[in-house]
Amino acid sequence: MTAVVPSASEVEEGGSRYDRLIQPARVHGTLYTDPSIFAEELRKIWHRTWVFVGHESEVPQVNDYVRKQLADQDVVMTRDKEGEVHLLINRCAHRGLQVCDDKSGNSSSFRCPYHGWTYRNTGELLGYPYNKGYGGKKQLPLGMGKVARVASYQGFVFGSLAEEGPSLEEHLGAAKGEIDRLVGLAPAGKVSLDAGWLRHKTRSNWKFLAENETDGYHPQFVHGSIFGVTGSPIGELYSDNSTAVTRSLGDGHSENDLRPEFRGFAEPMRWFGTTPDRVPNYVAAMKEAHGEDADRLMIEGAPHVMIFPNLFIAEIQVFNIQPVGVGECVQYSTAVQFDGGHELNMRMVSQSIGSVGPAGMLLADDTEMYERNQRGVAMADPEWLDVRRGLHRESVDENGFTIGTATDETGMRGFWNHYKTLMTAPDEGQDD
Amino acid sequence: MVTVNALTELPPRPDTAGELVDIPHGWEVRDVEQFLYKEARLADENDYDGWEALWTDDAIYWVPVDGEGDHPRTTVSIIFDNRSRISTRMKQVKTGKRYAQAPPSNLRRIIGNVELLGGRANAAGEIDLEIGANFMVLESRDRGNTLWGGRTTYRLRRIDGQIRLAYKKVVLVDNEQAVPTLGFLI
Ligand code: FES
Ligand SMILES: [Fe+2]
Repeated sequence: MTAVVPSASEVEEGGSRYDRLIQPARVHGTLYTDPSIFAEELRKIWHRTWVFVGHESEVPQVNDYVRKQLADQDVVMTRDKEGEVHLLINRCAHRGLQVCDDKSGNSSSFRCPYHGWTYRNTGELLGYPYNKGYGGKKQLPLGMGKVARVASYQGFVFGSLAEEGPSLEEHLGAAKGEIDRLVGLAPAGKVSLDAGWLRHKTRSNWKFLAENETDGYHPQFVHGSIFGVTGSPIGELYSDNSTAVTRSLGDGHSENDLRPEFRGFAEPMRWFGTTPDRVPNYVAAMKEAHGEDADRLMIEGAPHVMIFPNLFIAEIQVFNIQPVGVGECVQYSTAVQFDGGHELNMRMVSQSIGSVGPAGMLLADDTEMYERNQRGVAMADPEWLDVRRGLHRESVDENGFTIGTATDETGMRGFWNHYKTLMTAPDEGQDD
Repeated sequence: MVTVNALTELPPRPDTAGELVDIPHGWEVRDVEQFLYKEARLADENDYDGWEALWTDDAIYWVPVDGEGDHPRTTVSIIFDNRSRISTRMKQVKTGKRYAQAPPSNLRRIIGNVELLGGRANAAGEIDLEIGANFMVLESRDRGNTLWGGRTTYRLRRIDGQIRLAYKKVVLVDNEQAVPTLGFLI
């Protein structure tokens, strides 16, 4: 007779499935491959927490709308006649058809093509044909589906399908400061995400992306080919002797804080790979907007922050990661545009085209890693992924955040901590 | 190079700049097709040096999203390379560590419906030949097989008796949807 002996860690930790699968120095491969875990993630993360959906600048005018994705939900982001932004779920209250079929446009109302029910761009039911069949006009207490809570921060629009929960600002916590840093680089104090979106289909679990975004260990290897041929100094920022730090910002958010490196050089615009004399109008506009503080902002540069679960700001690019299934997701990426910073905007578009999206000279290689990672974790042995790098040398910074060196897995550990908290929370309606 | 300081100085979009005029003299359909097939073969066989040598110095290699795409200076595209970025792209892949193409994809494509569309003035004031064609490519790699299809607009020019490629715009049929990594030369 063979006895199945549980491993020491299983005996010690006991607790829920996720306590066993997520341990301080390792996580289990099934977290990326098990369809039942993905189904649970949809309920407990994607349908509950604040998810980045789009940016207010994508619907600049009253009655503008654009179709967006919120995990498995087809969502229409609209701006109503009062200027308020809504996230409608693209589903007719009659028989469930998709109501809006255009990708974007301008309209105060939508008409379902099936039986002609019409909705205001707030989701409110306006009317239905042959209304005697319902006892007259305005008889039905129905409307299009709505994302329960919608909020924005610096124009970044988030939705939560849960009626209740932490506010967006509570959820963002310390990550707010990173968004502020980005916006601080726009002379007019606003950024726009109106340069269109690349859509990169990725055969990988979404968590590989979330973890990789602030993994400072991989750039020298995965991106060595492009750093080498362009003579890019970026690789050095993620080397073993870099002064940059990886910071867990709490709530699953993390960043590679490159400011220590850039402060060392003290050269404005070095973060952008240029010098003030090549972008004089931008520099002048920043000085006008920020006075004495402009140099500091232009030295320190833009953030490199992963905001749980799906917003990644990579200096001048913004990524919106949306899961499709346990082994597939889509990366939507665009170039940040600075209001009042025309001189930089076309450069940011050009650099983004070179770097990100399906043919990007950086992101295509990251994506190749995500996909090979997904194939790798389907193998039987070893069952675990190691996330201990730098655990022994972590420290706590002056604000109480855990930090590691530029190449440590501090961000991933913060991600898993928060993930576990969300996944071990009770299911809706099972609290009793 | 011109520095663009404000949106008002935006150059015209490269696909519709100027106007389409009559087909310039001296072009035989058969020669044109042979050139397109050669370009396709070099791309299929990942012959990066041979492919790069086809381009003119004012090259534009453009793969937009959302149909014909918006202005490539103000909106993102899958690829919008000038000659120097084509060269960077080739240098990167030739390191052998451009993992999206290491190992390289196995590829074969068919080009059809080749049509001489007209002529278009280039920066030097000469008239380049503009051609349209449809294509399908089967790509195979560990990720799986991917079928790519679309329409390409080419502009050709003769330099010292040789046909060269000045412009290639590839409109993928599925460019309104998410597409997988496009690491090879489309
Ligand atoms: S399903 Fe929309 S009107 Fe019937
Ligand atoms: Fe990377």
